[in-house]
Amino acid sequence: MDLITFGVQFLNAVQYGMVLFLVASGLTLVFGILGVINLAHGAFYMLGAYLAYWIAAYTGNFLIALVGGVAIAFVLGLALESVFIRWLYGRDHLAQVLLSFGLILVIDEVRQLLFGKDVHSVAPPDWLSGSIQLTSNLSYPVYRLAICVFCLAVAALIFIVITRTKIGMIVRAGAENREMTRVLGIDYDKVNRLVFATGIALAALGGIVTAPISTVYPGMGDGMLILSFVVVVLGGIGSVAGAAIGALLIGLTDTFGKVFFPSVSGMLIYLLMAAVLLWRPNGILGRRDV
Amino acid sequence: MPELALRAERLGKNFGGVRAVADLSIEIKRGEIHAVIGPNGAGKSTLINLLSGELAASTGEIRLGDTEITGLAPDKRARAGIGRAFQKTTIFPRFTVHENVRLAAQARSRAPLRMFGGASADPEVQSRTMQAIGKAGLAGREAIVANVLSHGEQRQLEIAMVLATGPSIILLDEPLAGMGQAEARGIIALIASLRAHHAVLIVEHDMDAVFELADKLTVMQDGQVIASGLPEDVRRHPAVRAAYLGNHGDAA
Amino acid sequence: MAALPQKQISRLPAWLLPVICLAAAIALPFVVPVYYVQFTSKVLILGVLAMALNLVVGQGGLVSLCHAAFFGLSGYVLALMSPKYDAASLLLTLPAAVLAASFAALVIGALALRTRGVYFIMVTLAFGEMLFYLFHDADFAGGSDGAFINVKPELTIAGVRLLDLDKPLTFYFVVLAVTVAAIALLVTVVRSPFGHALAAARDNERRARALGFPIFRIRLIAFVLSGALAGVAGYLAAVQFGFVAPQMLGWHQSATVLVMVLIGGLSTVTGPLIGALALLGLEEVLKATLEQWKLAEGLIVIAIVLLLPNGVRQLWPMLFGDAQPKPARGKQTTPAPTPAPETGHA
Repeated sequence: MDLITFGVQFLNAVQYGMVLFLVASGLTLVFGILGVINLAHGAFYMLGAYLAYWIAAYTGNFLIALVGGVAIAFVLGLALESVFIRWLYGRDHLAQVLLSFGLILVIDEVRQLLFGKDVHSVAPPDWLSGSIQLTSNLSYPVYRLAICVFCLAVAALIFIVITRTKIGMIVRAGAENREMTRVLGIDYDKVNRLVFATGIALAALGGIVTAPISTVYPGMGDGMLILSFVVVVLGGIGSVAGAAIGALLIGLTDTFGKVFFPSVSGMLIYLLMAAVLLWRPNGILGRRDV
Repeated sequence: MPELALRAERLGKNFGGVRAVADLSIEIKRGEIHAVIGPNGAGKSTLINLLSGELAASTGEIRLGDTEITGLAPDKRARAGIGRAFQKTTIFPRFTVHENVRLAAQARSRAPLRMFGGASADPEVQSRTMQAIGKAGLAGREAIVANVLSHGEQRQLEIAMVLATGPSIILLDEPLAGMGQAEARGIIALIASLRAHHAVLIVEHDMDAVFELADKLTVMQDGQVIASGLPEDVRRHPAVRAAYLGNHGDAA
Repeated sequence: MAALPQKQISRLPAWLLPVICLAAAIALPFVVPVYYVQFTSKVLILGVLAMALNLVVGQGGLVSLCHAAFFGLSGYVLALMSPKYDAASLLLTLPAAVLAASFAALVIGALALRTRGVYFIMVTLAFGEMLFYLFHDADFAGGSDGAFINVKPELTIAGVRLLDLDKPLTFYFVVLAVTVAAIALLVTVVRSPFGHALAAARDNERRARALGFPIFRIRLIAFVLSGALAGVAGYLAAVQFGFVAPQMLGWHQSATVLVMVLIGGLSTVTGPLIGALALLGLEEVLKATLEQWKLAEGLIVIAIVLLLPNGVRQLWPMLFGDAQPKPARGKQTTPAPTPAPETGHA
C-alpha cells in the first residue's frame, strides 16, 4: 500500500473514529452519570440524520439544519427524560433495556410517519465541499476534515464544561454521591434532565454531521448503536477518555480491516472487543477492582 | 493430627500509591481465637480480605497448612477450608434461614452442582444444615425469610452458614457490630464455642469481648503490626498503650 | 355463616392448573381452525425460547441480549444442511443444530461472563450482532435475503417415515411435546442444587463465592444449557416457516423475547410461556386493528415496564383480590419449600 492510500485511509479512520467518539461519549455520559443503559441511543443518531435531511431540504442551508437538529434533539431529550427516563433511575437493567427498546419502536414509527422509509442524501454546505490539497500528492475532502475539527471542538467544549464550570462540578458530584448533592439543595432532577438531553443531542449531532457523507436510511441507528456500545465497552464505562481511545481503535480497525481483510472486516471489531475483554474485563480505562 | 494453621508471611497490599498493609505476618492455629484490633484505617478489613482471597496480595505469602494459597481465588480458598463472615452481614436475603444454611452445606457437599433431584435430597447436606442451625442458636427459625430477621439473628445466620461449610479456619469481621448487650452475649458464647474445632480470627472493636475471647492478640496500626502475642503482654506493650488502648487496661 | 376466606381459593392442588392447560392444549387442534393451531405452535416455540432465556435472566440474574443468535443459528444450520429438494434427516440435523447453538453459547458465554452488569448486556448485544452480520453480509446462506428450507426434515428409521412435519397437526404435537419436555427439564434444573446455587449467585454473588461456589462455571453451564434450548426452539421455528433470515439472529428479536420474559414474570419457569402468549396475542390484535401497530406495541411495552415490573401476574391480585402480598419489585427466588420435612423432591 503506498503512502498516499495509507494517508487517505488513515484520515478516514480518524474521521470515522471522531464521529464514533461523539456518539459514544453521549452514551457513556448517560450511563456513567445517570446509571441508565439507553438502547435507543442509536435511534437518536438516525433521528438526527433525518432531521438534518428534512431541515436542509426545507431551508437549503446545512448550518441551520445542524443547529436546528441539535436543538430539536436536545428539547426532545428534556421531554423524554421527564416523561419516561426518570422512572428508570435505580431500576434494574432489564427494565432499562426494555423501556429503551420500547422507545426505539416508538421512535422508528414516528420517523416513518414523519419522513417515511425512504433513503435520502444530504449535500454538504458549499463552503465545505470539494477537496483540499494536503501535500503535493495527497488531497482529501474538506468536509471530512471539517468533521474531525468539529468533533474535536465539541469534545473540548464538553471537557471544559465538565471540569471548569459550576454545572460540570455539580454533574460530577452527583455522579459520585447523589444523596449528598440533594442534601446540599441542588435540584438534581434538573441536572439529570440536562445530562440526558446532552447525551441525546450528541448522538443526534453525530447523525447530522454524518448525513452528508453517508446515506440517510432507516437502519442506520442500529449499526451505530452497536458500535458505540463496543466503543464504551472497550474504553470503559463513564470514561470519556476511554471512549476516545476506543473510538480511535475501532476507526482504525474497521477502516484498515476493510482494506486488508474485506471478507471478514465486519467481524474484526468484535474480535478486537473479545481480545480487549480477555485482557481488561472492565475496558481499557475502566475501573480495575470491581 | 497435624495442626492446620493459616499463616501469612510479610503480606503487603498497595492500592495505587496507598499502602494499606505492609510487612504483615500473622498465624492462626486450631484451638485458638486470635483477635486483631486497631484504630480505624489500620488495615484490619484489608487483612481479612487478603486472607479470604477477595483481595490479591501485592507481596507476601499465605499458607494453609503446607499448601500455599496466595494466588487462589476466594471460592477456591473457601473450598480449601476457609470460612468468613463479612463486616456487613452478607447472606441471601430472600431465602429462608434453612435455605441459606442449606446452600452453605451444599457448597461443600459431594455434588454441589448436581442438576437434578431436589435441593434437599442429600441427607448429609440436611444433617449438616440442621446441626449448624442448632449450633448457631437459630433452631425453630428455619422457615423465616432472612431479611425479616433481627440484626443479631442475621449475624447468627451468617455464622451458621460458615459453620455449615465445615471450615478449618473461620474469619470473623466485626461480628458484634451494631449489637445490643443481650445479643452480643449470645454471639460471644457462640464464638467461644468455635475454639475447640476451628482456628478463629476475629477483628473487633468491642474491647470487653476481645479480652474475654482472645487467646492471642495482634494490634495493627497504619497497615502494620505494632504488637502481637498473649493479650496480657500486648496490653502492657508501650507502643500499644500509646497508640490505642489509652487507659482501658488500667482498671484494677 | 362466615364467607369462605379468600385464602381458600389458592388451596387448589398445585397440579390442577398445569393439567387443565395441557388438556386444553391437546384438545386445541380439534376445536379451532388450522390458523390458530399454527399460531399456537408459534407461541409455544417462542415460549420455549423465552423460558430458556429466563434460566439466565430470571434464575441467573443476567440480562442477555444475544439469545436470538442461538435461536437463529440453529435454524440456519438446518437450512445449510437441508438438501435443495429433499428432506433432511431429523436425527442428523437436530443434534447438529443444537450443538452449534450450544457451542456459540459456550464461546460467547466464556467471554461475556468475564464481565458484569451493564458490560455483560453490551457484550452479549455485540456478539449477538456479530453473528447477525456474519449471516447478513456473507453469501453462504443467502445473505440478507435468507434461505429457504424447501422440504421439511423428517424422522425416518429403517426406511419408515415416522413423522411428517409438513402436516400442521403433527408439527403442533411435536412442538407441544418439546414444550412439555423443556418445562420438565427447566423445572428439574431450577429445583436442583445447581439451580439453587445459580439463584444464590444472583442474589449475593459475594456470599456465594465465599461459600465456595464456582460462580463463573455455574453461570457458564446455565448459559450453555439455555443456548441449547434456544437452539431447539430455533430449529422448530425454521421448520415451521421453511425459511430463515438474518433477522432471526438480530438483537431486536432478542429484546422481543426479553419482553415476553418480563410480561410473564421472571420468577417462575412457565411465566415466559405466558408472556409469549400475551405478546403474540397482543400483536395479532394490534396488527388487525391498527396500521401503526408497532407504535402501539412500543408504548405498551413502555407502559408494562413502568407499571408492571413483576409481569402480568401482578394483575391477578389487582383484579381478583388476593390475601398474599407480593414483594415490591424484582425477581423472586424459587418457591420456598414448606416447613414440613422434605420428602426428597422439592
